[in-house]
Amino acid sequence: MATFDYSGPLTPSGNLRRRRVVDRVMRGGATAAAFIAVAILLIFIYSIVQRGASAISLSFLTHNPLETFSLSANVPLGGVGNAIIGSALIVAVGAVMAVPIGVLIALFLTEFATPRLAGPVRLALDLLYGLPSIVIALFLYGLLVVGHGQAGFYASLALSMIMVPLIARTTGESLQLVPKELRDASHALGISRWRTTVGLTIPSAFGGIVTGTVLAVARAAGETAPVLLLSSLADPTTTSASVFGQPLNNLPLDIYNFSVAGGASNFAKAWGAALVLVTFVLVANFAARALHARSRRMMSR
Amino acid sequence: MDESPADADAASQVASPLAINVHEATEEDPATLEVVFDLRDVDVYYGQSLAVAGVSIEIYKNHITAMIGPSGCGKSTIVRSLNRMNDSISGFRLTGQCNYHGNDLYASGVDPVEVRRRIGMVFQRPNPFPKSIYDNIAWAPRILGMRENLDERVEKALRGAALWDEVKDRLKTSALGLSGGQQQRLCIARSIAIEPDVLLLDEPCSALDPISTALIEDLMQELKRDYTLVIVTHNMQQAARVAERTAFFSLDVSEGRRTGVLVEYDDTARLFTRPADKRTEDYVTGRFG
Repeated sequence: MATFDYSGPLTPSGNLRRRRVVDRVMRGGATAAAFIAVAILLIFIYSIVQRGASAISLSFLTHNPLETFSLSANVPLGGVGNAIIGSALIVAVGAVMAVPIGVLIALFLTEFATPRLAGPVRLALDLLYGLPSIVIALFLYGLLVVGHGQAGFYASLALSMIMVPLIARTTGESLQLVPKELRDASHALGISRWRTTVGLTIPSAFGGIVTGTVLAVARAAGETAPVLLLSSLADPTTTSASVFGQPLNNLPLDIYNFSVAGGASNFAKAWGAALVLVTFVLVANFAARALHARSRRMMSR
Repeated sequence: MDESPADADAASQVASPLAINVHEATEEDPATLEVVFDLRDVDVYYGQSLAVAGVSIEIYKNHITAMIGPSGCGKSTIVRSLNRMNDSISGFRLTGQCNYHGNDLYASGVDPVEVRRRIGMVFQRPNPFPKSIYDNIAWAPRILGMRENLDERVEKALRGAALWDEVKDRLKTSALGLSGGQQQRLCIARSIAIEPDVLLLDEPCSALDPISTALIEDLMQELKRDYTLVIVTHNMQQAARVAERTAFFSLDVSEGRRTGVLVEYDDTARLFTRPADKRTEDYVTGRFG
């Protein structure tokens, strides 16, 4: 075998030229994929803003649809006033139910469960998270709506089932970020486990808990299948302030109804409603990020 | 004790090359001292493996007792067993007598939370809570129902840990903004704020610079008037400087098993100058470890 010529010029030799081409192609591919994802999001936001912005006005945001949606006429059908209220109520009630359960599950998993028990519970959470929302909706439809009629509260229940695993997961992650040394220090002061959890671990992980909740709320606000099955037969022209007893009009439903009602003006309103929803989701996500960064800083300073 | 010429030789070797400033001999009669911890034939297991074997030791009130030895020799394990901090480690099991003021720490019915309320602990890495300096101290007293004169209690604890003058103007700021040495003194202040009986210090200076270390060593001399102190240290000189009595642990390797054993426990001056065991002598003269 010929010995390597160490005194040759320091330009690529052997297969280095080929290896460098492969390197460049892979790096380019990865970069392109990342940029495509960003580009798709930007195009998506741009098109929604472009089409929806014209529909947005104070009256659009505060007025209800003027009459029951119909396929026939191209009449201006008012705005999304009651849908915003309905969505807010349904999601808020769902979150009120989901947050304590999700946080308790996370506490159980990180603070109290033995590894043998934590595994199956974690698996169950992952499976629950993976359940299609239409299946959750169908389950509650069969259980509650049949024989009783729809109610906004049933949609809240479905959304809370969607939120619980998400909240449990993000809360669990932020609880695990709380250093073991802090718990040790607290135990060494003669403070019981539960008091340590309530007084030290949860406050330390509070930012993470809020972040998880905000993300879960953002996700739930756009869920369509549950509200379609459980809270869709509302009178779209009236506003109701209670989730109990009757279905509530809501944003995903308005988007659906405006877009199938036909006519250019209704279609613009569908885009307008979509813009309202997407704005809420984006703002919630940015808020969650800011909170998350803040809580990390608090922990590490 | 019989003093052979070889022993005298070893003693002179100890004094010169290491230049250890050994804590002056107390020459107290152990029989007259109040015993806080009385361990008899204590074995500690992690799962099936015997981690520390056959430890018998008496720890006296208002003394500083040092535990020295190479890594893995079980000195930390024994100290953490004294306030049941090992309970949370799965597979931990302790056999033998482990008495604290005559009560077996591992008897059924003993609540580890109650044990730790009396036997505090300071850890290797300073671990202040992500709260204000004031709340770091006041949190535990509040929970334990010592709400009266909380401000005074906080001040007393901070003075007791020689930290008051440095932090009195910023009690409401985050404890995480303090330096490492200040944080460790804050942890000591936090421990003494609930007026424990014993303070266990698990390598309290190993993450600190020499100046902070010296401060904490001075502080320990103050603290032993009110508390019984047990310190684990990697640093032989530190043990020699601060402790009345020193326990030397070593690692017994036989048949592939590594078990920590207590080799020698004696007055610090005697242990460093006239060790009874060859292994102790090798360790304190720097021949290994």
